[in-house]
Amino acid sequence: MNINLKVNGKSYSPDVEPRLLLIHFLRDVAGLTGTHMGCETSLCGACTVELNGKAIKSCTMFAVQANGAEIVTVEGLATNGKLDPVQEAFWNEHGLQCGFCTPGMIMASKQIIERNPSPTEEEIRHGLEGNVCRCTGYQHIVNAVKAAAAGAGK
Amino acid sequence: MATTTTKVETFVGKRIRRREDPRLITGTATYVEDIQMPGMHYAVILRSPHAAARIRSIDTKKAESAPGVVCVLLGKETKGVGAVPCGVAMPDLRVPQHTILATDRVYFVGHPVAVVVARDGYLARDAADLIEVDYEVLPAVADPEKALAKGAPAVHPQWPDNIAFTYHQDGGNVDKAFAEADVVVKQRIVSQRLVPMAMETRGVVAEWRNADRQLNLYTSTQIPHLVRTIVAGMLGLEENRTRVIAPEVGGGFGSKLNVYAEEALMGYVSMKIQKPVKWIESRRENFTCTIHGRGHVDFYEIAAKRDGTILGIKLKLIQDVGAYHQLLTPLIPQLSVLMMPGIYNTQNIRADIVGVFTNCVPTDAYRGAGRPEATHGIERMVDMLAAELKMDPAEIRFKNFVAKDKFPYATATGLTYDSGDYAAPLKKALDLVGYAKLRQEQADLRKQGKYMGIGISTYGEICAIGPSPATPAGGWESATVKIEPSGKVTILTGACPHGQGEETTFAQIAADELGVALDDIVVLRGDTAVVQYGIGTFGSRATAVGGTALYYALQDLKAKIKKFGAMLLESEDVTLAGGQVVDNKTGKSKPFQEIAGATYRALKLPPNTEPGLMATRFWEPPNFTFPFGAHIVVTDIDGETGQIRIRRYVAVDDCGNILNPLIVDGQIHGGVAQGLGQALWEQAVYDDNGQLVTGELTDYALPRAHLMPWIESHHTCTPSPVNPLGVKGVGEAGTIGCSPAVVNSVVDALSPLGVRHIDMPLTPEKIWKLLATKNRDVGSRGATK
Repeated sequence: MNINLKVNGKSYSPDVEPRLLLIHFLRDVAGLTGTHMGCETSLCGACTVELNGKAIKSCTMFAVQANGAEIVTVEGLATNGKLDPVQEAFWNEHGLQCGFCTPGMIMASKQIIERNPSPTEEEIRHGLEGNVCRCTGYQHIVNAVKAAAAGAGK
Repeated sequence: MATTTTKVETFVGKRIRRREDPRLITGTATYVEDIQMPGMHYAVILRSPHAAARIRSIDTKKAESAPGVVCVLLGKETKGVGAVPCGVAMPDLRVPQHTILATDRVYFVGHPVAVVVARDGYLARDAADLIEVDYEVLPAVADPEKALAKGAPAVHPQWPDNIAFTYHQDGGNVDKAFAEADVVVKQRIVSQRLVPMAMETRGVVAEWRNADRQLNLYTSTQIPHLVRTIVAGMLGLEENRTRVIAPEVGGGFGSKLNVYAEEALMGYVSMKIQKPVKWIESRRENFTCTIHGRGHVDFYEIAAKRDGTILGIKLKLIQDVGAYHQLLTPLIPQLSVLMMPGIYNTQNIRADIVGVFTNCVPTDAYRGAGRPEATHGIERMVDMLAAELKMDPAEIRFKNFVAKDKFPYATATGLTYDSGDYAAPLKKALDLVGYAKLRQEQADLRKQGKYMGIGISTYGEICAIGPSPATPAGGWESATVKIEPSGKVTILTGACPHGQGEETTFAQIAADELGVALDDIVVLRGDTAVVQYGIGTFGSRATAVGGTALYYALQDLKAKIKKFGAMLLESEDVTLAGGQVVDNKTGKSKPFQEIAGATYRALKLPPNTEPGLMATRFWEPPNFTFPFGAHIVVTDIDGETGQIRIRRYVAVDDCGNILNPLIVDGQIHGGVAQGLGQALWEQAVYDDNGQLVTGELTDYALPRAHLMPWIESHHTCTPSPVNPLGVKGVGEAGTIGCSPAVVNSVVDALSPLGVRHIDMPLTPEKIWKLLATKNRDVGSRGATK
């Protein structure tokens, strides 16, 4: 099937198998390997990307379902070499260790702040429920989201 | 002059953000699955759906003619490949032949039976479904206690008793200690099977280059050099033509401290098809086929005097081995025995381990590897002893701690604790939590019928693993430092850090030693063609052992830099500081970069000195290190639902000197999360047929952000005398300290109901049932009065 979609501002018009998962389109067709497959069942959030402004899990969506959509992946966040405030905050606050969940965590965290510019700790934790990190115990991630929200509100 | 030569800023001990992070936060890091090669093929492994079965026949015809399929391989073809190794040697160890693919029989759900190779991953997956295997299903046993019972199905027919190994250790005089005791407390304690669940599953890319007789193997591992040695052996390849690369590794926690069938299998496939091949483990495979952790049933007895003095400890330990030994399987419960006295001053111990085969995936190292089980055991027993003697759990610990003037301290299990001040973190934690006030509040709440608990755990652990004689494959670590002609510094570490932050902490050490900027230093790891032989990252060892090798390599280079500096300054009395060699008499100096260049230009050499600036050290540690600490957990339990709420989590950890507090805090937080996972939620459950019923994230409850309490992380500092950095290791401390503190807290909360022990995980259902039963009992007792 032919589909048209935009990823990080770039247009793609691939001919894809109907069963091709969106994450595999992003990784294998578009070559954007920052989005990770963690569980294949939308339970871990490592594959989180932004689709038409909403954070979604790309491991349980077909590429054809994204026809006409605009997608942002972790590779699309930094502009002209300048990190997005959420990326910067994850770095400053040590919000990552092995880094595998990090792209999904960053995408989910951006969404939390977009929906609620000054989230409480409880709201941040609730917002991150769908994203698993096995390394950090989440505390530094919570700090990162707080710091990013505080910075973005300046 | 470059600014880097005049700096006096130091880095060790500072909260420096990590230098590995830019690639990770921008999605540009390369994990195994991200590797693409021309002509790459994809492998899918067909696995047994049965825990025990005979394979009558396998029909691969349909699969072989499916679109895109290049080949289908079975166990009969790969018979010539060496067995998946058990790295542990011990008397009477029964080691079943562990072939990389099943031949005539399968022994656990997930046992690899066939591999399908196709030009596309989806097509390989389709074809795997077309393989027809005719199984004769056999009785299975998945519970180690049931496996020991008479008449249980034999996991391996040649060993009908299912015993994989036994191990006995005696220290002091246990019989005398128990004979003289005023009180003996006994308890069966289970440390349940856990799934390590690294976020990145395992994965392998194998690339055979026939003309060079060279195998390049990209694998998500904690031990690339050991994988190289072993896989080369299994495949009959030359070690110097086998290159193992651990690219970015997405978490290991011990599960990637191993050599797996798939690593050799993919090498075999690539050699066969003469193309690169990629295999990525699915999450379901990760649950069923990658090692599990823990899997203990422990029977403890602790003997004491009426004043609380511990006299002796006995332990009968049943270790669920699974169907095979993986690399270190039989070693893990022995680590539990080594740690069984905890940090208490008792010289009388007896331990008996029986390792039991079950039709389950093998157990092996998972964060803490034997020490969380031991700490959970001793810390629960000490609490039960305190309850029996009506003593405060803090008081009984203070009474029994090895005193701080007794170090080095020889334990009854044959270890020598390097340094310690065990009372210090407990005192600090009690102060931080406001212990006396909390006990008062608890008394008030109990009058209102409310359940609030305060749980203490004071742990010690074995880190910086370890002296080579105590390990199966060498316990040293290596480092090379190369100072390039421009003065830039390259560090090659044999440890293979994968998230622990040594690209930063090792740069901090080198920057301070050489007086250069952090940014002038690169740390390379994880490639056997780049890095000299090394052991790897596990057992909280990378900094304490690998960092020490680095430290000594830096001392060698500093001496050489000073020699060249002295020659250039025509002085015999020089100092290296702030990136300069300074003539102590005249004050004249030469910048580091100019000296580095001179060592390579070599127009003139100091006497008996070679050109260049490169040093390699292999450091053999004289001992382990022994970190310790105190964790206190305050819980409130909902009497209606059994829900446990953690009100406070105070952790005071002593890991010796701290190189980077930001990273140390991260290690503690993550460790505590995995300890809490075991205490409250996680368990790998096999049914009686050997089916893993918690085989996906849908059924296996992990710590998530909204479930985690705020961890109040603090430290005391008792430097280790074992290494010049004074560091001990911190990767596993949080996990080891955590679970007994949580369970002690919940048992404390429910103690008015007569509860003295609960096995993990403390699910709301378990607590709710306990509350219902105990309240009924208490109620009925009340009614008969």
